[in-house]
Amino acid sequence: MHKARSWLTKNFTVVRLAAAVLIGVLFAMAVITLISDDPAAAISKLFTGPLQSKRRFGNVIELMIPLTFAGLSITVMFAANQFNMGAEGAFYAGGAVAALVALNMPLPAFAHPAAAILAGGLIGGVTCLTAGALKVKWGTSELVTSLMLNYVMYYLFKYILFTGSGLKDPDCGYVATYKLPGTAVLPRIIQGTRIHAGLIVTALAVALIYVYMKHTKWGYELKLTGENQKFARYSGIGVGGVILASQFIGGVIGGTGGAVQVLGMYERFQWVSLPGYGFDGVIVAILARKNPLFVPVAAFFLAYLRIGSDAMSSSTDVTNEIISIIQSIIILFVSAKVFLEAYRQRMVVKEAVEHE
Amino acid sequence: MNEAMSYIFSFGFIHSILRVTTPILFATLGSVVAERAGTANIALEAIMLFSALGGALGSGLTGSLWIGFLLALASGLLITAILGVFALRLKADIILSGIALNLLGTGGTVFIMYTIIQDKGNTSSIATQVFPNWSIPVLDGIPVLGDILSGHNALTYLAFLMVFLVWGLLFKTRLGLRIRSVGENLHAAESVGIHVQRIQWLALLISGFLTSLGGAFMSMGYMNGFGQNMVSGRGFIALAAASMGQLHPVGGMLAALIFGTADAVSNVLAAARIPDEIVKMIPYVATIIGLVAFSILTRHKEQRRRQVTKAES
Amino acid sequence: MPAFSYFPGRVVICLDPIVEMQKIMKVYPNGIVANNGVDFSVTSGEIHALVGENGAGKTTLMKILFGIEQPTGGAIRVGGDEVKIHSVAEALQLGLGMVQQHFMLVPSMTVAENIVLGTEPMKGLLLDKDEAVRVTQALCEKYSFAIDGRSRVGDLPVGDKQKVEILKVLFRRAKVLILDEPTAVLTPQETEELFRQMVILKEQGHTIVFISHKLREVHALCDRVTIMRKARTVGVYRLADISIDQISERMMGRQAALEVHRTPAKPGHIRLAADNLTCVSGEHKKMVDGVSFVLRSGEILGVVGVEGNGQKELVDMLTGETDPSAGTVTIAGINTAGKGPRSVRDLAAAYIPQERMEVGIAQDCSITENIASYIYRKPEYRSGPLLNWRKLAATARRMIADYQVKAGSEETAVRMLSGGNIQKVIVAREFEGNPGLIIADQPTRGIDVGAANLIHNKLVELRDAGAAVLLVTSDLAEVMTLSDSIIVLFGGRISAYFPDTAELQENELGLYMLGVRTMSEEEIGRCRHA
Repeated sequence: MHKARSWLTKNFTVVRLAAAVLIGVLFAMAVITLISDDPAAAISKLFTGPLQSKRRFGNVIELMIPLTFAGLSITVMFAANQFNMGAEGAFYAGGAVAALVALNMPLPAFAHPAAAILAGGLIGGVTCLTAGALKVKWGTSELVTSLMLNYVMYYLFKYILFTGSGLKDPDCGYVATYKLPGTAVLPRIIQGTRIHAGLIVTALAVALIYVYMKHTKWGYELKLTGENQKFARYSGIGVGGVILASQFIGGVIGGTGGAVQVLGMYERFQWVSLPGYGFDGVIVAILARKNPLFVPVAAFFLAYLRIGSDAMSSSTDVTNEIISIIQSIIILFVSAKVFLEAYRQRMVVKEAVEHE
Repeated sequence: MNEAMSYIFSFGFIHSILRVTTPILFATLGSVVAERAGTANIALEAIMLFSALGGALGSGLTGSLWIGFLLALASGLLITAILGVFALRLKADIILSGIALNLLGTGGTVFIMYTIIQDKGNTSSIATQVFPNWSIPVLDGIPVLGDILSGHNALTYLAFLMVFLVWGLLFKTRLGLRIRSVGENLHAAESVGIHVQRIQWLALLISGFLTSLGGAFMSMGYMNGFGQNMVSGRGFIALAAASMGQLHPVGGMLAALIFGTADAVSNVLAAARIPDEIVKMIPYVATIIGLVAFSILTRHKEQRRRQVTKAES
Repeated sequence: MPAFSYFPGRVVICLDPIVEMQKIMKVYPNGIVANNGVDFSVTSGEIHALVGENGAGKTTLMKILFGIEQPTGGAIRVGGDEVKIHSVAEALQLGLGMVQQHFMLVPSMTVAENIVLGTEPMKGLLLDKDEAVRVTQALCEKYSFAIDGRSRVGDLPVGDKQKVEILKVLFRRAKVLILDEPTAVLTPQETEELFRQMVILKEQGHTIVFISHKLREVHALCDRVTIMRKARTVGVYRLADISIDQISERMMGRQAALEVHRTPAKPGHIRLAADNLTCVSGEHKKMVDGVSFVLRSGEILGVVGVEGNGQKELVDMLTGETDPSAGTVTIAGINTAGKGPRSVRDLAAAYIPQERMEVGIAQDCSITENIASYIYRKPEYRSGPLLNWRKLAATARRMIADYQVKAGSEETAVRMLSGGNIQKVIVAREFEGNPGLIIADQPTRGIDVGAANLIHNKLVELRDAGAAVLLVTSDLAEVMTLSDSIIVLFGGRISAYFPDTAELQENELGLYMLGVRTMSEEEIGRCRHA
C-alpha cells in the first residue's frame, strides 16, 4: 500500500493523463448508450474495429503519420510559449505546394518527392514564421493571426490549385487536379495496406526533433525561452531569434506533414476543405507532454480512436463526430491542474506525516 | 465589377455593413467584458456555433421564435459554463480550455445536429424562425439616415444598444469596478474580501451571454437556420477587434465595424466576377492587417516617447 | 479564560487574548510543512512581534489568520469564541486586517476607489464616487494620515502606498492589524513615522501584530514577541525581559555569526565605469540623472537608497536590459551601452537579480537546467551543437553541495525549493567560474539568516580573489557591513559618496537617502576616480 502510494505520487502526471483519457472515453460511451439503438455494438466497434482486419489496422498507421507531424509541429511551436495554431494552414499549403512541384517539375524518382516535400516544408515554415514574426516584431497576438493565416493559406492555395494554375482535371468525376506523376508519389511499403514510405520520413522527423529539443543548445534555449522569457533574455539568449526559429521549424514540420500526406495517400490533390490534422496536433501535443518521443505514441492512440470511430460510424447509427467530443474532454481534463489534486494532496500529507 | 463598385458607394452598402457587423460586435463585447476581468474568453467561436445551432433547432422544432432564442442563450451559456468550470474551478489554462472548446465546436454541433435531425449539412429540413426587421417610423422617411439606420433586424439594434449598456456596466456600476479590479490586480481585490472567483464567473457568464446573442443572430437573423461551420472564424475576428479597441466597448465597436466592412465588401465582390476564394480571403486578411496596424501604432507611440526623452536629456 | 504558556524557567500568562491560535498545522501540496502545531496568542491593545527566519512559518501563520490560507489542522479563537476563517471576507468581518509585503492596490484607480473597493457606497444602481472621497478624507483626519483621496494610486510614492494599505484595513474597522515586514521599503525617517502611527492606533484601541526580521525595530516598538523556528513556536517573551542577541539565538538555535569578516580592500584596475548615465521614463521623468562612478576589481561598492530612486533603472542599464537615454557603460574597457544583456554576459559579468522568480530562474525547470544558463556556451559542456547533460548534472551536484542547497536532487524543479535555497541556486550559478564583475541587487532580501550569511561571505571571498562587486541594496546593515565604499542614490542622482564605511552611522546615511542632505559636487566627484 505504501509502495503503491509513493509510486502514484511520483508518476502523478501519467496517472492524471490516463484518468483524463478514461473520462473522455467513458463520457463518449455514455452518450453512445443514450442515442444509439444498439450501444453495445457501437461501443465494441469503437474499441475493436481497428483490430478486425489488416486493412483497418493499416488505416491506424496511415492516420498516425499526419497526426505525428501535426503533433511535432505544435509541440515545437508551443515550446516557445506561443499559441501558434498555424499548423493547419502549414499542412494544407505544404500539401498544395508538394502537388504543384509534383505536377510542374519533372524530376527523377528519388529527387522528385524529395523536392516536393522540401518545398512543402518551406511553405509551411513561412506560414508559421509569419505569425511568429508579427508577434516578435510588433507584439500581435499569434493566436489570432495564425488562425487567420490558416484561412488565408487555405483560400489562396485552393484557388491556385483548382482554378488559377489550370491543373484541375476536367475529366475527373470529383474536384481534383491531374494525377500526380508516379515519380513523385511515395511508394507503398506494406502489402495489403496503404502505408507508405512517409512512415520513414516520420521516424526521421521524430528523431531529429527529439535531438533538437533535448540535446542541442538551441533546444535548451527554446525551453528556457518558453519557460521564462525574461530569465532567458537575462541569460544572454536572443529570445526573438529563438521564437522565430521555433515557429519556422514547427511550420516546416507541418508543411512536410502535408506534403507527405498528399504524396503518400493520394493519386491527385483533392483537398477542397481543410483536412483538420493541424488542430488535432494540439491534442497529440498535449497527450505527449511536450516530449517529442511520446508524440508518435499519442498520435497512434488518437489514430486508433479515430479509426475505431470510423468503423463504428460506418456500421452503426452513431456518427463519427463524436470523436471531437472525446478530444475536447481529454484536453480539458489534462490541462485542469486541480483535477485529482485534492486526492494527491491527501496522499502527500499522509506521506509527510509518516516521515516525521 | 462596375456594378459592385457603385454599390459599395451607396447607402445600401452602409446598411449592409451594420447588418454584417452585428454578430462580430456581440462577440467583441463578450471578449471585452471577459478580458477586463482577466479571464480571456477564447471560446467565442464555439459559443457562437452552439448558440446558433440551439436557436435553429429550438425555433425549427417547436415553431416558436422565443423558444429558439432561449435555447440559443442556454446553449451558449452552457459552453461558457464548461469553460468556467475548467478554467476557474479546475485551474486549467484558460487559453487551452478555450482552444479545446473551439475544437469541440465544429464537430460537436454537427454531431448534435445529425443526432437530432439526421442532417449533417444544415437545418433546412425544419422550419426555423428568424427575428423580424424593424422599420423605425419617423426615421424611415428621412432620406439618407433612413436608408442606413432603418429596417435592420431587431438584434442589430440590440447589438448597438449593448455597447452603451456594457460601457455603463464597466464604468458606472459596482460590479464593473470589481471586474476591473480583478482584471488589473487580482490580489488587490482579494485583499479587500472580494470573491474573485465569483466576479470572474459573472464576467464570463456575461461574456457568454453577449456572445450567444451573436450566435443567435447568425441563425435567426443573418441567415435562416444553421449551416455547418457557419460562424467561419468570426469568434476569432472578435478577439482581434476587442484587442484593437483597447478593451473599451466603444473602441471595440469601431474595430468591429472595420471588420464588418471587410466582410460586407467580400459579400459584394462575391456577386461580381471575382474568384470565390480570393473574395473569401478578404475578411481574414483585413483582420491581420488591422491587428498589425494597431500593434505598429502602439509601438510607434512608445518609441516616439522614448526618442523625445532621449533628445531632452 | 486565560491561557498559560510554559517555557523553561518562564511562565507567561495571557489575560484576555483577543486572538488565539492553537496547534495550527499547515502542510502544502508539495509536502512542505509550514506550520507544525503552532501556538500563538495576542492580547488586546498590545503591539506583538512575530519573528523567525524565513521558512519558519510566520507569514503562513498570519495568512491562515487572515483567511488567505486554510490550516490543515488546529483551532482559532477570536474574542474567546472558536471560529473558522474560510476567506478574507470572513477575516475582515471578525475585525482582522492584514497589510502584506507586496502591495495589493489597483494602480489605475484612485486612492478612494481602492479604499472602498469591496464595500462601495452606492447611489441607486451606480457608484457614489463623491461619497467614497468623503469617507476617505474622514479616515485620514481621524488617524492623521496626509493623503488625497482623489490621487491615482499608480502615481504615489512607496510610503504613501503603504498608508493606503493601512487605511484600507482601518476602513473595514479592523481591530487587529497584521503588518508583514512593513518597514522593508521605508527609510529610517519613514519608519519612525510608521511607529508613531502604530502608537496612535494602539491608543485608539487597536491591536497590532508586527512581523519583522529587524530585531532592533522589534525591540524599540513592541510589547511582546513570539519567536518561531522550523514551523513551531519556541518562545513568547516580554521585550523588556529579553535582549536582541537572545532573540536571535532562539530564532536560529545557535549563536549566529551575523558579522562578516572583511579586511580592508585592495582595489586594482577599473572593471566597471559608468559615465553620465541617464534614463528618462515614458512620462519624461529622469529616473537616473547623470550618474557617474567607477568600480575597481577587489572592492565592494554599495549603492544604497530608498526604493524608487533610480536603482532599478540604473541596474537595468548596467546589465544591458535597457538602453541609456544618455551616457555610457564601460565594462573591462568595452562600451556595452545599448548592446543588450548578451554583451554584458560575454564580458564575464554575473548578475543576481532583485526579482528572483521573474528574472532569476525558470521555476518549472530542474536545478541542472537552471544552472546551465550561465555555462552552457562553454566548450567543456558541449560537442558542437550538442549539450553534455551528464557533465552539467555533475556540476549542479557540486554546486548543491558547496552551497548547502536543501533539495531532493539536481533534477528537482526549482519551484519546490524555499526562497533561501532558490537564491543559493542563483548565486551558485552566477559565481561559477569566478566572474570578474558581480552586480548583486538586493541579494539577501527576505531570505533566512543562514543563507544570507553564506552569500555575504561568498561575496567577500570573491572580492578578495579580485572580483569587482556592485552591491545594490536597501538593507542598511548589509550595505554597511559588506561595502568598502558607498554611493547614495536620491532622485536619480548620487547624493553622497563615502569612500570609507568604517565610521559611518545609519542615521547619517538615512539623511542622504531622504535628500535632506546632499554632498557637494566635489565630494561626489571623488567616486569617479575612487
